[in-house]
Amino acid sequence: MFPNVWEWAWDAGHYIFFGGMWYVLAILFLGMNWCVFKAIKDTKAGKGGGHDH
Amino acid sequence: MDSALIPEGVERCSFKRFTLGMIIPAALVIWGLYAAYLCWFKGLNQTNMNDSYGFALWIWADLAVIAVGGGAFFTGFLRYVVGKDELKNIINFAVLVGFCCYCSAMLILAIDIGQPLRGWFIFWHANVHSMLTEVAFCLSLYLTVLAIEYLPLLLENRKLDQVPFFHNLGHNMHEVMAVFAATGAFLSCFHQGSLGGVTGVLYGRPFGMREGIFIWPWTFFLYTWSAAACGPCFTMLSCKITEMITGKKLVKDNVYNLLAKISGWMLGTYIVAKIADTLWWAIVTVPTTGFTFMEFYNNSNNFHGLWILILEIGVCGLLPVAILVRKKWRENSSLFFTAILLAVIGVCVNRWVMVMQPMAMPVMTFDQWVLYLPSWQEWATTILPVAGGIIIIALSYRYLPVFPQERELNPVEKS
Amino acid sequence: MNTEPKETRAKKFGMVIDLDKCTGCGSCMVACSSENNVPVRKDESDKLLSATWIRVYRITNGKEFPDTEICYFPRPCMHCGGKNDDGHSPCVSVCPATATDYDHSTGIVSQIYTRCFGCRYCMAACPYHARYFNWWDPIWPAKIEESLSPDVSPRMRGVVEKCSFCFHRYQKAKDKAYIEERDVEEMEYQTACTQACPSGAITFGDLDNPDHAVYTLKQDKRAFRLLERLHTNPKVYYLSARSWVKRAGDNYVSSEEPTKGPGAYKLEGHGGH
Repeated sequence: MFPNVWEWAWDAGHYIFFGGMWYVLAILFLGMNWCVFKAIKDTKAGKGGGHDH
Repeated sequence: MDSALIPEGVERCSFKRFTLGMIIPAALVIWGLYAAYLCWFKGLNQTNMNDSYGFALWIWADLAVIAVGGGAFFTGFLRYVVGKDELKNIINFAVLVGFCCYCSAMLILAIDIGQPLRGWFIFWHANVHSMLTEVAFCLSLYLTVLAIEYLPLLLENRKLDQVPFFHNLGHNMHEVMAVFAATGAFLSCFHQGSLGGVTGVLYGRPFGMREGIFIWPWTFFLYTWSAAACGPCFTMLSCKITEMITGKKLVKDNVYNLLAKISGWMLGTYIVAKIADTLWWAIVTVPTTGFTFMEFYNNSNNFHGLWILILEIGVCGLLPVAILVRKKWRENSSLFFTAILLAVIGVCVNRWVMVMQPMAMPVMTFDQWVLYLPSWQEWATTILPVAGGIIIIALSYRYLPVFPQERELNPVEKS
Repeated sequence: MNTEPKETRAKKFGMVIDLDKCTGCGSCMVACSSENNVPVRKDESDKLLSATWIRVYRITNGKEFPDTEICYFPRPCMHCGGKNDDGHSPCVSVCPATATDYDHSTGIVSQIYTRCFGCRYCMAACPYHARYFNWWDPIWPAKIEESLSPDVSPRMRGVVEKCSFCFHRYQKAKDKAYIEERDVEEMEYQTACTQACPSGAITFGDLDNPDHAVYTLKQDKRAFRLLERLHTNPKVYYLSARSWVKRAGDNYVSSEEPTKGPGAYKLEGHGGH
């Protein structure tokens, strides 16, 4: 999972596999952060009183 | 008692009746938890697995729940990526069912491993050549995606929605849901496939082994395809059962029809591919290992006869395809129910065959066929997540607006 | 400082078992269990639950008396080299936590007990049933614990174990040879089963070293390997002059002739690792 683990190898298998994993984690992390921060901003702006979606 | 939590404009049974209805599932959960405790604290000697049957009921249950849970990713893919708008009326329920299925898979895996406290080794010391590693990674990531997809629905609970932050968060999550759904579809394609690869790569086990392309055996693609075909059938089946229990129509027929039609064609193409795969395996692959196709079925302990292949491909394959593809037949409610039920049984039988038969079959000439019957602890822990899923679905249905068409289909005079 | 041993060529340790010499006495099994601290349960009658790193099968030619013939067939771990001998043994390639590994310098398939988390995928992958799961924690009769081998760690419940070709013996021999600045001699590293076999049916050594007995024996025309056609590439060779015994080593579609010997089947097609 990390290059400090002895099984780690700098080869195509590790690039593809862990590249995919970190890419997905980044999408989920950034996506959720965007939602949370925008929600904080919207709440401060006084939105969220009713069903606006 | 809990009326403040119930969505507006819909009717629910009394709290007392609801609680009574939960007694049996709750009892099953307790029974299952006790069995899980025995397995965790006393070890896997509590099961009837042995050195020949290292993969058994639990691995089958894992594969089966993940296959039928495929409804979440494929419905999500159709709704958010392809743009089939009608499916917004069933997507919440598909996500809910998928979430229960994937939670089940994780729970069963946690019981199934001999050293549960070392479960994290699969991530830390990952062997990228192993199909199971790919399964573990994609499975846990996809469960996270499902939790993210389920969260906005949870935030739509009447009380939670009154909190402006939760309301805004839910709204924002709806906006970017297509990204999460696409990520989920990507992950699902891989872990469904990897599960197919689990037995497909076993080149020492002629019954499970398949040829393929690059590092992926054909079963990799067959599993993804069959999950995409049969997953929505399980979503519809669960939805129909919910309708029966609640005595209400919750989803309009045109939604069922659309999903059934897509499932029918997916299942049809899958069955053609499955037949081609079986023929190639039987005629080309198997003889190179020194076996004949019929040896796998004739020579057995009658537990794994040819009947199972006929059941899987014919009764639970071609028959539901015929019903689901033909408009007139799939619009007949009894035929429709039969077809989706058969499709779900079919995919479960397929997973059973791919897990249990390679274990049962001797490979060395002087080896014996082995028979395996699960212990009560195995049954209890397999039923545990099913009962847990029922409770989660029941609670979600009661307190969350899972079905957007419910109000329209079941108008309440006084709200 | 150069820490490499004098000879750096990769070795390929393997075994040749002469089935025509094996009497089925079971000494190899006993020696193996004793050497490797293999636990023994009170009731060992269910062989699907008990661990025997080397197991002696009893096979017959299937004929009625007086034509009945018996062959005892010892089966340790085959330490498969995998397709094309690339180290992707059936079990090594599937282990999700790299708890079993292929050592390219010895050809030995290792098992790291403290790494294994007991998913049993390797057991599903092995067609030889050479892998055993610890369904229980090991319990030895009183005082026996004091006589356990200090060179082999006992295994806890919930992990898989298997024959290691007595790798700890190789480590000892290698250490000694290193200090004396020479390579390990053939007789310095022998497995417990090899040394215990009273009829000398088991020979062990470096399959690639022309000075080792196994190098010549594996080329004997009586030689065959178990399940040759699955391309697992085992490092255990068997010898038998009896055609029915050779035939029992693999599966054949009825019309086929038995294998012509190790490496007789060309590897074709793809599919997995």
